[in-house]
Amino acid sequence: MATVSMTVNGKAVSADIDPRTLLVQFLRETLRLTGTHVGCDTSQCGACVVHVDGKAVKACTALALSCEGANVVTIEGLANGQQLHPMQEAFRDHHGLQCGFCTPGMIMTAVDLVNRKGHDLDEATIREELEGNICRCTGYHNIVKAVDAGARAMGKGKKKVA
Amino acid sequence: MSATGIGASVKRKEDFRFITGKGNYTDDINRPGQTYAYFLRSPHAHAAIKSIDLKAALKVPGVLAIYTGDDIAADKVGGLICGWMIHNKDGSPMAAGAHPALAQGKVRYVGDHVAVVIAETLDIAKDAAEKVKVNYDVLPALADVSAARKKGAALIHDNCPGNRVYDWHLGDKAATDAAFKAARHVVKLDLVNNRLIPNAMEPRAAIGDYDAGNDALTLYTTSQNPHVARLVLSAFIGIAPEHKLRVIAPDVGGGFGSKIFIYAEETVCLWAARKVGRPVKWTGERIESFLSDAHGRDHVTHAEMAIDEGGKVTGVRVSTKANFGAYLSTFSSSVPTYLYAPLLSGQYDIPAIYCEVEGIYTNTAPVDAYRGAGRPEATFVIERLMEIGARQTGQDPAAFRRKNFIRKFPHQTPVIMCYDAGDYNAALKKAMELADVKGFARRRRDSGRKGKLRGLGYSAYIEACGIAPSQAVGSLGAGVGLWESAEVRVNPIGTVEILTGSHSHGQGHETTFAQLVSDRLGIPIDNVAIVHGDTDKVQMGMGTYGSRSGAVGMTAIAKALDKIEAKAKKVAAYVLEASETDIDFKNGQFSVKGTDKSIDFGSVALQAYIAHKFTGAQLEPGLKEGAFYDPTNFTFPAGVHICEVEIDPETGVTKVERWTAVDDFGNVINPMIVEGQVHGGIAQGIGQALCEGAVYGENGQLLTASYMDYHMPRADDLPSFKVDTVVTPCPSNPLGIKGCGEAGAIAAPPAVINAITDALGHEDVRMPATAQEVWRAAHKARKQAAE
Repeated sequence: MATVSMTVNGKAVSADIDPRTLLVQFLRETLRLTGTHVGCDTSQCGACVVHVDGKAVKACTALALSCEGANVVTIEGLANGQQLHPMQEAFRDHHGLQCGFCTPGMIMTAVDLVNRKGHDLDEATIREELEGNICRCTGYHNIVKAVDAGARAMGKGKKKVA
Repeated sequence: MSATGIGASVKRKEDFRFITGKGNYTDDINRPGQTYAYFLRSPHAHAAIKSIDLKAALKVPGVLAIYTGDDIAADKVGGLICGWMIHNKDGSPMAAGAHPALAQGKVRYVGDHVAVVIAETLDIAKDAAEKVKVNYDVLPALADVSAARKKGAALIHDNCPGNRVYDWHLGDKAATDAAFKAARHVVKLDLVNNRLIPNAMEPRAAIGDYDAGNDALTLYTTSQNPHVARLVLSAFIGIAPEHKLRVIAPDVGGGFGSKIFIYAEETVCLWAARKVGRPVKWTGERIESFLSDAHGRDHVTHAEMAIDEGGKVTGVRVSTKANFGAYLSTFSSSVPTYLYAPLLSGQYDIPAIYCEVEGIYTNTAPVDAYRGAGRPEATFVIERLMEIGARQTGQDPAAFRRKNFIRKFPHQTPVIMCYDAGDYNAALKKAMELADVKGFARRRRDSGRKGKLRGLGYSAYIEACGIAPSQAVGSLGAGVGLWESAEVRVNPIGTVEILTGSHSHGQGHETTFAQLVSDRLGIPIDNVAIVHGDTDKVQMGMGTYGSRSGAVGMTAIAKALDKIEAKAKKVAAYVLEASETDIDFKNGQFSVKGTDKSIDFGSVALQAYIAHKFTGAQLEPGLKEGAFYDPTNFTFPAGVHICEVEIDPETGVTKVERWTAVDDFGNVINPMIVEGQVHGGIAQGIGQALCEGAVYGENGQLLTASYMDYHMPRADDLPSFKVDTVVTPCPSNPLGIKGCGEAGAIAAPPAVINAITDALGHEDVRMPATAQEVWRAAHKARKQAAE
């Protein structure tokens, strides 16, 4: 066993874990934060994307121990209480989800995308940047619309998007 | 139309929990004292199990038990079943091999279940599984239908000679042969409908939980139809009687058919939970989804179309070899038969159709219904024939279709189906306008100037949904009825719970079903809760597949709401001191005709429960009604999709430039949700046409067992879609709904291939039309043109 400590969604956490524990297992099983999903276990589908020190990371292929001291944000940490993050709001407004399984990773990736590429994104950029997130339900059409709207809303710092 | 009633694009009620990470999927659930199951799977496609040595594995600390097929047999646990009996041409029943939940003496595909390790943690279970020694005697692998049907091929099941499940047919062979004899033109087509792996993003999972005090079991599982799972696990597999078995399907992360079926894993988890006396949890890894979820499609087909001198189609003749994999999955036998051949008339008035199908065992994963199930395969046959027929007879593909469209309804086809309503020409016309077909020649020239090839392809599809009239499917071999049930519980303050046998795994029932209730009862949708996915709450149901939840599931709710309204009117009549026949109900208000006396729905609900205004002799208190709705016909959604592609002939890369869909789903409850269903279906259809394909090596190894090798459509593989509707209400149900869930996946593949073959001027393009395949075809086309 080994001890790991990190900050998750603003809270300091520490636990004794089997050294082979993956970050996603630590989040889901140790901390019971089950919003981060495992869709493929091989960092292909992106259902497990979380932010580690401000960057999007696929938690299914990162060891929890490799995140020692890191600041981790999961889908559960994105909203401010009942006040949704603009990207969450945009996914609901634009019907950017159906079964909801890929959605947490999709939203975390989208937020990271906006952080890296800004608020004015064209369709080709959004589609290319979502390459690492697979959705089987939506055909991406409404996800692309949602990411565009969410990006703009993040820029305005407004909750509602047109 | 109210803001939340029928026809409004209401934002989904279920979304909050999904966008905040508060969904409740099976793997999110943990039971006290839970253990973990890991399945040891066969590395061989076909092998006899000579012995299994568990000694070293059982010594691993933390291992509680390891079970094999011998243990399953000793406990007399029944095998998995196929619930649809198909009869051969000669009337004899199909040949079906046994399907034990854990292999008994033999494995039949890579991924077949050899043993299950139950341990304190998943890692311990996996470590121990590595120490299980299985001595196999490897047999020849039969990886495709031609290998399996070869003379002298090894038998996959001893009781299935020639590895054939059935030899089935439908239609009038003599009349069809006569049509071909008299034909002016005959179109011939050989095609492969490529094998697909469903890949719902949530892998299958199961938790078996045993309550020793009551000798009762609970199964948490990723199911599209928990009641069917309970019925099969109870009545056929014999895990526990129905009243001692609760099946819960919580949030389910997509299904597309693959979560209809009753698999080995949930069977074993339930059975093992009782044996170890603790909950047993299994969560599939993605590779297990690839290896052991039921796959889809996999047909090898020869098809012909007869056309007369006037350009009318006079006959269609189809011969298909359908791959079932190593075992018959739950509904597999119906897919290439009754879900396939009855759709071979397409949208066209074709006097003679004959179809014969051979169902064949191979050493591959079982094949069963996947989004569309049989109907995409039929549509691919008929829409490729129509396109080639138009080209071969020098007609415009749209005009050729128009000339052959069915125009009068009801229309009895020669292959069972009686289409009840549609306006195929309206959809074609609208689609051609939206797709700017007139501007295509210019766009093609523009592409040509860049050295690119541009093509346009049509697909005028039809499907049979609203599955299904129970007596009719019973006469065709179904083991169950396909009605749906609903219960409406009105609470004393007028909020409503709807208990439905349908199951939502992305379709948005919590919103659309609530819209129906809001519309009918005049109450806010926030006052309506949709309860589904728990056999202890919902009495019975047949689940969600075959685009049936709107047409069948919602109609059951509507029928129960009729009863609620009738009962509430009686209550209102006592309260308002009027005759029941004088009570009107509108916008949530009960009023007495010709007076200003009225009472709202919530107050009537309260009066129904306090029962002060009537005696027990006059009226039963309470406000709760149920209904079972058995449809009187299939429904027939139809539409036209137009695909425009641009191909780089140097690389073979095909880009879908434009997509236009005009669908007729009958009446629409929530256009936003319906459009979303269409988008997703199209994406899966484009996936089949351009990139997806399960590939087995000759040795029966699955070569496409990860997302590195199986090309799922990603955001940058797809365009945005132009989606619209035409509406002919469905006459067979009171809501006029036809269903929309599978349309895109049915329509899309032929539209793509028709566009590619149009661009290339060459018909031999196989799915998936990868860059390599298209490059090969372009090369061949150029070579042929030069000759």
